[in-house]
Amino acid sequence: MTTTTKSVAPASDYKPDDSGRLLEVDNLFVEFHTAEGVAKAINGVSFDLHQGETLAILGESGSGKSVTAQAIMGILDMPPAVIPSGAIRYCGQDLLTMPEDQRRRARGPEISMIFQDALSSLNPTFPVGWQIGEMFRQHRGMNKSDAYAQAVRLMERVAIPGAKDRVKNYPHQFSGGMRQRIMIAMAIALDPAVLIADEPTTALDVTVQAQIMALLAELQEERQMGLILITHDLGVVADVADRASVMYAGRIVAQAGIEDLYARPAHPYTRGLLESIPRLDQKGQTLAAIGGLPPNLTRIPPGCAFNPRCRMAQDICRTDVPELRHVANQDSACHFAEEVLNG
Amino acid sequence: MADVILKADNLYKHYPIKGGVLRTTTGQVKAVDGVSFELQRGETLGIVGESGCGKSTLGRVLMRLEEPTSGTVNFDGVDMYSQSGSAMRKLRRDIQIVFQDPYTSLNPRKTVGDIIGEPFEIHPDVVPKGGRKKGVQELLEMVGLNPEHINRYPHQFSGGQRQRIGIARGIALRPKVLICDEPVSALDVSVQAQVINLMEKLQDELGLSYIFIAHDLSVVRHISDRVGVMYLGRMVELGTEEQIYQRPTHPYTQALLSAVPVPDPLMRGKREQIVLTGDVPSPANPPSGCRFHTRCFKAQDRCKVDDPELIDRPDGVGEHRSACLFAEPRVIVETVDVSDVEVDTRFASTDVVDLDAFAEDDGLLPADAASVAQGSQVVGETEGPLDRPADTNRLIDDEPTEQRDPRV
Repeated sequence: MTTTTKSVAPASDYKPDDSGRLLEVDNLFVEFHTAEGVAKAINGVSFDLHQGETLAILGESGSGKSVTAQAIMGILDMPPAVIPSGAIRYCGQDLLTMPEDQRRRARGPEISMIFQDALSSLNPTFPVGWQIGEMFRQHRGMNKSDAYAQAVRLMERVAIPGAKDRVKNYPHQFSGGMRQRIMIAMAIALDPAVLIADEPTTALDVTVQAQIMALLAELQEERQMGLILITHDLGVVADVADRASVMYAGRIVAQAGIEDLYARPAHPYTRGLLESIPRLDQKGQTLAAIGGLPPNLTRIPPGCAFNPRCRMAQDICRTDVPELRHVANQDSACHFAEEVLNG
Repeated sequence: MADVILKADNLYKHYPIKGGVLRTTTGQVKAVDGVSFELQRGETLGIVGESGCGKSTLGRVLMRLEEPTSGTVNFDGVDMYSQSGSAMRKLRRDIQIVFQDPYTSLNPRKTVGDIIGEPFEIHPDVVPKGGRKKGVQELLEMVGLNPEHINRYPHQFSGGQRQRIGIARGIALRPKVLICDEPVSALDVSVQAQVINLMEKLQDELGLSYIFIAHDLSVVRHISDRVGVMYLGRMVELGTEEQIYQRPTHPYTQALLSAVPVPDPLMRGKREQIVLTGDVPSPANPPSGCRFHTRCFKAQDRCKVDDPELIDRPDGVGEHRSACLFAEPRVIVETVDVSDVEVDTRFASTDVVDLDAFAEDDGLLPADAASVAQGSQVVGETEGPLDRPADTNRLIDDEPTEQRDPRV
C-alpha cells in the first residue's frame, strides 16, 4: 500500500492527437425499444472535443442531449437502449467496441460525469467522504484512511467549508449547492481529461448556480479538461461555452462558435429560441413564440424534424432531411440556412 | 392612491416544528414573516426570490389555502380572513390560483371538461347548468386549445398544454386576481413564451390583476409592472420593474440580478458579478437583525442588531421601498429598451399560438388511455355536467412518451 497520501496518477494509455482532440463522436445512433415502438433518441450525431475546450450541448427535453452523454459514459441501460451504429472515439480508441473492463478503467480517470440531480445521484446510506474515496479505492487501490484523506483534499478544493469535519456527513446533511460540489469533487477525483456536466445547475438557485459555474470554469482552467456542458439554459451557455451544438429530435441542427451562434444564427430553431426567451437586460421586449411542441421520438416527422413548427418550411422540408453543412463559419442543418443567416 | 384591489398587511405564516415523544412544538419555521404590499387593479406584481424564501407560501396564504398566523388581507374592500362559509366561497370567485406543476395539479382521472368545469359546479350560479359545456369550450378556445378536446384526459396533453388547462380553470369564474405560482418554470424554453404571451393576452382581455410568483428574474421582468424581492420570509425590496431592475438599492437584489446569466456571449466578463458566499440560512432560525447580513457584502455591526424596515429610500432618481440600512442604487444590468424593435416574425410568432395548427392526431397509447378511462368509471364520480368521453385513445400532443405517466 502506498505510504504517501499524495494521489499519483498512473501513466495514461491515452494520448490526444496532435490537434489536442480528445473525443470524437462519429455518426452515432441510439434507439430505445419500448412497448410503444422504437424511440429514435439519437439520429446521427457527430462532434468532437479538444483539450481545454467547453462544448455546450443545447436542447429541450427529449432532444437527446442527455442520452448522448450517457452513451459517451457507457451508462445507457441496454436494453432498452440499442446503439445500431456509430463510434465514440476517445484518443483514437473506439469506446463502443472496447472490452467492458477496459472501458470501466477509463470511466473516472479519463472521462467522468456530473449528474443533474445531486440528491438522487449520491447514495444516501454512505458518508460523502466514503463515496468520493471510492474512486481512489477502486481505481488506485488505496486503503480506507488514504482514500478519506483524498476526499478531504477534494472537498477543500471544491470549497466545502469545514471539509475535515464534514467528510463523514451523509448527503442529506448538505444543501443542494453543497451536494453539487460533492458531485463535482467525485467527478474530478481522478483528474479526468473529459468532464461531462449534465444540467449541473438546473436544480439550483441563481446565486448558487453562479458559484457552481465559477467553480467549474476554475477547475477546467486548472486541469485543461475538455468540458461538455449539457443544458437548456441559453444564458449559461453564453457565459461559459466556446462552442455549442444545438440538438433537436436527436440531431445536431446547428453547431457554431459561441459568438456566431448568438449573433448570426443559421437555423430557424436557434433563431426562434433566441427570440422567444425574455432577457434580463431588455425591457419592453416582444416575445416571439415558436408554435407547437417538440416531436414524439417514436414518430419523428419526415424530412426536417422541425418542419411542422417552422414558419419558413417549404415542400422540400417535409420530404428531405437536411444535412448538417458548413455555412459562413458555422454548421446548420437547414435547407434554407443562407436565407436564415441573411434574413 | 390608485385603485388597490388587494392589500396585504403584516402577513405572518409560521409552521410549528414538532419534536420528541410528546410532539411538543420545538420551534417555528418562519415561512412568511411580516409581508405587506398592495396590488393595483389590472397590474402584474412579480414576486421573486430563491427557493425557501416563502414566495409560494405567500401565494397560498393570499388564496387562504392556508390560514395566516397573523396579519390581514383586504380584498376589494373586504377583510378576507374574517369571512366565513358562504361569504368566503363567494370571495373565492374573485381570486384564483394557477399552480406550478402542470403534471400534478390536474386530476388524472377527470377529463379536461370536468377539470375546467369544476369551478362552475362549486359556484352553480355563475353559469346555468345547460351552458356549462359551452362555457368550458369557450375557455379552451381562449387558452388556445381545441374545444373538441373537452373529453380528453390530462395525460393526453403535453406540459405546455396542461398549463393552459390550469390557466383555463383559473379564469373560469372570471376572477379579478389570479395568483400564478411559477406558471412557466416547468416548461421547455420554446413553450414558455407561448404561455407567457397567453397570460398577457388574457390580462388585456379580462382585465385581470396578476400576482406572478417566480424565481426566473428575466421572466418576471418581462411580465411585471411592479416587483417584490423576497428573502427568508421578508420582502426586502419593492418597486416598479424599472426601479428594481435599473436602480436596485438592496444588496440582495443586486447580487441576485448579477447572478443571472445574460444570453449574449459578448457580455461575457463585462458584467459585474457579485458572488454571494454560503447558502440561505434556515427559516427556522433566521439571523438576527437584517436577515441578509450573514451573506451580505456590505454588512456592518449594526446590521446584526437593527432590523431594517421596508420603507422608501432614495434610489438616485426618486425613491422606492427597500429594507437595507445602507441602501444605495447600483447599476447591475445595463438595460436596453427594445419596445420599438420589430420582431422578425418569419421565425416565430408574436401571437398566441394556436396549438391545433400543429396537432397531429396519429399517435396512439390505447392501453393507457383505456385504463385511465376505465378507472374514472369505476370510481363512479357523481354525474358531471359534461358528456362522457367516447374516444380517449387519440393523443394530441407530440411529446416524447417517456415523459408521460398516465398510471398515476
